[in-house]
Amino acid sequence: MLDSFDSLMGGFSAALTPGNLLFAAIGVLLGTAIGVLPGIGPAMAVALLLPVTYAFDPTGAFILFAGIYFGAMFGGSTTSILLNTPGESASVIAAIEGNPMARQGRGAQALAAAAIGHFIGGIVGAIGIVLLAPLVASVAVDIGAPDYFAIMVLAFVAVTAVLGTSRVRGFAALAIGLTIGLVGLDPISGQPRLTFGVPQLADGIDVIIVAVGLFAVGEALWVAAHLRRKKDEVIPVGRPWLSREDLRHTWKPWLRGPFIGFTFGSIPAGGAEMSTFMSYVTERKLSRRPELFGKGAIEGVAGPEAAASASSAGTLSTMLTLGLPTTAIAAVMLAAFQQFGIQPGPLLFVNEPDLVWTLIASLFIGLVLLLVLNLPLAPVWAKLLQIPRPYLYAGILFFACVGAYAVSGQPVDLIVLLVIGGIGFLMRRYGLPVLPAIIGVILGPDAELQLRRALQIADGDWSTLVSTPLSIIVYAVIAALLLLPAIRRVLASRRTPPAVQEAEQEKEPTDH
Amino acid sequence: MTVLTKDWLRERSELGVSVLLGLVGLVVVVDSVLGSEASTSSDPLGPHAVPLLVGALLVVLAVLLARDVLSGGHGEAEGGEDVDLTVPADKRTVLLLAGVLVATAALIPLLGWPLAGTGLFWGATYALGSRSVPRDPLIAAGVSLVTWIVFDALLGVDLPGGPLMGVFG
Repeated sequence: MLDSFDSLMGGFSAALTPGNLLFAAIGVLLGTAIGVLPGIGPAMAVALLLPVTYAFDPTGAFILFAGIYFGAMFGGSTTSILLNTPGESASVIAAIEGNPMARQGRGAQALAAAAIGHFIGGIVGAIGIVLLAPLVASVAVDIGAPDYFAIMVLAFVAVTAVLGTSRVRGFAALAIGLTIGLVGLDPISGQPRLTFGVPQLADGIDVIIVAVGLFAVGEALWVAAHLRRKKDEVIPVGRPWLSREDLRHTWKPWLRGPFIGFTFGSIPAGGAEMSTFMSYVTERKLSRRPELFGKGAIEGVAGPEAAASASSAGTLSTMLTLGLPTTAIAAVMLAAFQQFGIQPGPLLFVNEPDLVWTLIASLFIGLVLLLVLNLPLAPVWAKLLQIPRPYLYAGILFFACVGAYAVSGQPVDLIVLLVIGGIGFLMRRYGLPVLPAIIGVILGPDAELQLRRALQIADGDWSTLVSTPLSIIVYAVIAALLLLPAIRRVLASRRTPPAVQEAEQEKEPTDH
Repeated sequence: MTVLTKDWLRERSELGVSVLLGLVGLVVVVDSVLGSEASTSSDPLGPHAVPLLVGALLVVLAVLLARDVLSGGHGEAEGGEDVDLTVPADKRTVLLLAGVLVATAALIPLLGWPLAGTGLFWGATYALGSRSVPRDPLIAAGVSLVTWIVFDALLGVDLPGGPLMGVFG
C-alpha cells in the first residue's frame, strides 16, 4: 500500500512536466470535442490517433489516450442532454433524464450534475486503480499460459454472449475478427496462413487499419447511407451551475455511482453501458421521488454519469493488470501498447513502473483539468453540435485515410481500409456487433499463442489447460455464461405458472 | 423470378450474410487443410489447427444464422445521432464515397498528399450532399495542407508531398 503511494508520487512528478501536462490537456479537450461530436466515439478517436502517436514516446501517447477516454465519456453526455439522440449505448441514460431536464430549461443543471459526476466517478475510479491494480498484478504475475488462455476465452465469450441481443450474430462477429487476425505468417512456424500468395498479406493486416476501418470508415459509410437530412434541434444552454436543492439530491448518487461503475467496468462484458444502467436502476429504487424518473430527475443524471467515468477507470485497471480489454476503446488502447512493443499484463507493473504510474497520476490531473475546463466551456461545446455533417464525415474519412496510409506508406492500404470499412458497414446493417470483432482481431493471435505455448510446455497433453485452479474457475464461469439463458428459462417456467409469466413479460419493457 | 420470391428474398437479405460467412469459413478450412508442415514435437498444435477450428466455427455460425433468419429473426440495424433508419439506404452516396477512396489511393503516388487529400475531402463532402463552391474546396485544401504539414514536418510521419511541393522547395 505504502509502495503504491510512493510510486504514485513518483508518477505525479513525472506527469507534472510541461510536456505531459500538455498531453493531458490536449487529451481532455480533444476527447470532449470528440465525445460531443456526433458519429465519433472514443474508440474511433483513439484508432484515428494511433498513427499520430508514432512520433511520441509511449508515456505521452497513453496520457493523451486516457485524457481522450475520460473527455469523451463526458462529452457524450453533453450530446445526449442537449440533443436527445445518444450516439453510444453508454449515454442512453443521460438522454433519458438529462434531455427532459434540458427541455424544462434545466440544461445547465443537468450538465453540471453530469460534469461533477464524471469528476467524482473518475477520481474514485482512479483511486480504485491505485489500490487494486498493483494487488491484482502481483497475484496475476504467477499465472501461466493455460490461465491466460482461459481468461482470453472468457473475454471472447463474455463480450459476445452477454452483450447484444443476438448470440449467433455476436459469435459471427467474433469469428470474423478471429479470421482477420489469422491472416499473415504464423509467428511460431513461419507458415503462411490466408495470404493467398499475396506478399503484402504476409505481415498480416495491421491492427490500426482494422480498427480504423471497422470504427471510422464503417461508421462513416453507414451514416452516409442513412444521413438524417432534417436538422436536429439543439437546446441552447448557459453556464452549468447547481442550486442547494439540486446538491441535496445529487451528492449521494455521485458517491454511489462510482462503486457500481468501477465494478462493472473492470469485468469483461461490463463496460459503461452496464454500469450506467445499473446505477440508474439503483437510483430509481433508492429515490424518495421515483415518480420524477423519466421526466428529468437529476439523480438519474448524477449517478449514472459518475458510474460512467468510474467504469472507464475499471476498464483501464483490467487492461493494465491483465492485458484484457473489456470495451472497444480498451481493445484499441491494447493495440496501441502492442505498437510500442509493450505488453500490458501483470508484468507491466514490474517492467514499466514509470509508464504505469505516470499514466495513473495523469488520470487525476486529467480529471481536474476536465472539470476546470468544461464547466465554463459547456456553451462552446454545444456549438460543436452545429457543424455541417458533410464536413464532419468527410473529415472522419480523411483522417482514416491519413492513418491507414501512415502505417506503411502504401496506397494499397487504402483499398484494404475500404474493404474492412465495407465489412463494418455490413455489420452495422445486419446487427453484428463491432466489439467482438475487434476483440477477436486483437486478442485472437495472443490467445492462439498462449494455447500453443501451454501445449508446448505440457508436451501436447490437453489436460494442461485445466491444470490450475484459476483456469478451472474461469471455465466454470464461461460455462455458466453460455448456459445462463437456458437456466433462466428452466427456472422461470418452473417457478411461475404460465399466466403470471406472460404478465411479467409484458411488464418488462417499461423496466428498461 | 416471381414478385413473391423477390420480396421474400429482400425481406431476408440477411441470408447473404450467412452465405458470406459460410464461404469465408470454407476458404479458411481449405487454406488450413492445404497448408504444409503439420505439428511437430516442439509445437504439438501446429500452425493450422486454430485456423481449422475458426473456419469450422464460421461454417457452423453460417448455418445457425440462416436458421435464425428463416425462422423470422433479424439483426437490428445500428442507430446513432445522425442516423435516420426510416429512410431507405442511400446506395449512391456510399458508392460515391467508396469511389473517392479508390481514386485517392490511385492519386497519392501521382499527386502527393496535399492534392490527393484535397480531392478526398472535397469529393467526400460532395458525395455527402454539400455543394458550396468555393467554400468546400477551400476547406478541403486547408485541411489537407495543414494535415500534411503537421504530419510530415512536425510529427515525422512520412506523407509524400508530390510534384507540387517542388515549388515550395
